[in-house]
Amino acid sequence: MADLAAPADREPDARGAYLALTRRRRLYSGLTLLIFVVLMASGFAVADGRNAGSFVDGWRNMLDFPADVVAEAWEKRAEMPALLWRYVPALIETLNIAALASLLGFFGGLGLSLVSTQGLAPFPRLIPVFRRIMDVLRALPEIVVALVLIFIMGSGPVPAMIAIALHTAGALGKLYSEVNENADLKPVEGLQSVGASWGQRMAYGVIPQVAPNYLSYGLLRFEINIRASAILGFVGAGGIGYELRNSMTFGLGKFDEAAAIFVMLFLTIVVVDQLSSQLRNRLTQGREIAP
Amino acid sequence: MTDAALETPGARHAAAVRRIAAKRRVALAVPAAILAYLVYVFFAFDIPGLAERARLDNAATLVADSYSHKVHVTRDNRSGEITVAKEGERKGTFPPEMEPDWIARDDGGARVALEDGHEVIFGPDNTAVYLHPEVGRIEARASRADGVEIGRAPETLPDWVSYSSARLDIRTDAGRLTMTRSRTEAYRYFFGWELFWFTLDSPYYDRTPAEILFGPRLDEARPNLVGAWADFWGNNVWRHADVAWAMLETILMAFLGTFGAAVVALPLGFVAAKNFTPLMTLRFGARRVFDFLRGVDALIWTIVLSRAFGPGPLTGALAILFTDTGSFGKIFSEALENVDDKQIEGVSSTGARPVQRYRFGVIPQVMPVLLSQVLYFFESNTRSATVIGAITGGGIGLLITQAIITQKDWEEVTYYIILIVLTVMAMDWLSGILRRRLIKGDAG
Repeated sequence: MADLAAPADREPDARGAYLALTRRRRLYSGLTLLIFVVLMASGFAVADGRNAGSFVDGWRNMLDFPADVVAEAWEKRAEMPALLWRYVPALIETLNIAALASLLGFFGGLGLSLVSTQGLAPFPRLIPVFRRIMDVLRALPEIVVALVLIFIMGSGPVPAMIAIALHTAGALGKLYSEVNENADLKPVEGLQSVGASWGQRMAYGVIPQVAPNYLSYGLLRFEINIRASAILGFVGAGGIGYELRNSMTFGLGKFDEAAAIFVMLFLTIVVVDQLSSQLRNRLTQGREIAP
Repeated sequence: MTDAALETPGARHAAAVRRIAAKRRVALAVPAAILAYLVYVFFAFDIPGLAERARLDNAATLVADSYSHKVHVTRDNRSGEITVAKEGERKGTFPPEMEPDWIARDDGGARVALEDGHEVIFGPDNTAVYLHPEVGRIEARASRADGVEIGRAPETLPDWVSYSSARLDIRTDAGRLTMTRSRTEAYRYFFGWELFWFTLDSPYYDRTPAEILFGPRLDEARPNLVGAWADFWGNNVWRHADVAWAMLETILMAFLGTFGAAVVALPLGFVAAKNFTPLMTLRFGARRVFDFLRGVDALIWTIVLSRAFGPGPLTGALAILFTDTGSFGKIFSEALENVDDKQIEGVSSTGARPVQRYRFGVIPQVMPVLLSQVLYFFESNTRSATVIGAITGGGIGLLITQAIITQKDWEEVTYYIILIVLTVMAMDWLSGILRRRLIKGDAG
């Protein structure tokens, strides 16, 4: 009987403790929510105060500019196909910047990830150094690197390409080293036992395991890089962004050109997005083995 | 290929050979394609022409400026007046009593000691002499009528001297002397950023930290620490207060944009998720909204919004908000489609209303995933906010582009870059900690 009584005695305690815990948790999440709301509201007030135009006034003008652009584009709709055609070379330049930057960044990230993963690195002591290098590469805004390089090399696609490639190497290096950590080390040990060099161990033991993930992240990065390359064009690095800025600074009268560029950029991003997401699905979910 | 076809060993062997041959073709084709692309880009980007356009002297100035500064000793050749100023700027001009001791003024001229025993003498009648310990004297004279004349035959000049009748430029590792018709200027280089802590008009200029902390009052009116802080914060060359505000604005843009987008995207995510919205058209509509928001690039949003709201942090925040609402909507709806129905059933079996079902059956399941995504975006948006700030004109992005465009204040550019990199790395670290806590589930 005494055995049965004991749990019954403890029960009110347990129940009270549980309720107290729940109350405390609710209080904490309520407080967190409150702090969040206050931060958002005051942050919004500060940003609104420091902005040139206020939110309330701007909100009503939001559609003015798109309306102007659409109106002018509609007026000159007959010339639209010719305009679109005219900007194809600029678009190709933007795509080339993104593609080459992704390619170079891919190889850079590959190398950086291998030398900064525990168990794979040829010089384990230097792992923190390579990690910090990747952190800095990721933290540097492309626009800054591009502008500095434009000062040295003159304007053109190369500064933008280098800027994006550096960032890509840092970003992919981090992702890839996370992938590498999940790689099975047995093939590497096997290769080591037959006297394979570091390069051979990586090429035959690690890369085949991680390649699908690498390619999938690389494709995602290519998507991101197209946007980045358009933005860098806007500050003078060539490509479609540069054309956009020219037509924007001209203002009313050239808005049909701006509209054409908007349409091209939008379509490109959507198409690449769709293609790469299909490819990525195939890569990560595996495809049936071809005969 | 069916299993039946692979039954005989011969057929298996043939299949294996085919597969290996196919792989070999791919292994050769991929590098070949990459190589062909590189060759194409080499010409499309005009790399050979780049070598001609590249200005390596610009690179040298940039690197030197980023870690050192120079003091200009300038003589106006019309009035004969000599001024000493850091970087030749008005704000860095030394008052006569504070002039450094390597400049000795004498009647109508001055002797400027450079490093390694080099010396420049500003003589009377607009003459100047560069004394090189090994090469000897290089004398020069500027006049309105004849321009710049030098005291030896131009052919005998070393290659670090460039001379024409309009301009003489002597550059050595110890310093530099330039002379034109209107002015003569000697430079001496120093390590470090000039006037970073205090400007010349501050009583704390050129004092050691120990003097400021423990020494007697340098300014009678204020305690040293208070005064030093006020003078540092109000430094009108580096404008530390403005820079801090700009950095804060950038972080604010990222914060408002990211979390605002998350708040907007959460309800929309429910609308776009298959298991919460049975109505096909509604779901389809929400998804197309996300696609549109993402497809219209941040660049276009920035331009459209800055037309309506003008430059500033609010415009940047809204640009991030619009773009990320699309990304979050997609991610959130996918996460919501993967929730476990059992918990929701359990909650509804207790008689919960729909709102309670979401609050207790769904949100606890998806919250850690969603929050960790949001934090991840917050970190990367700190960097994007710099770029957007450069376009709309707000935050540190504006300051850094302005500093780069003037093409002379590279030490400020370096300062801003260091600040940005440190801030982004701090955000990375912070969001990493929070994400790990969320995934482990410590925070309720």
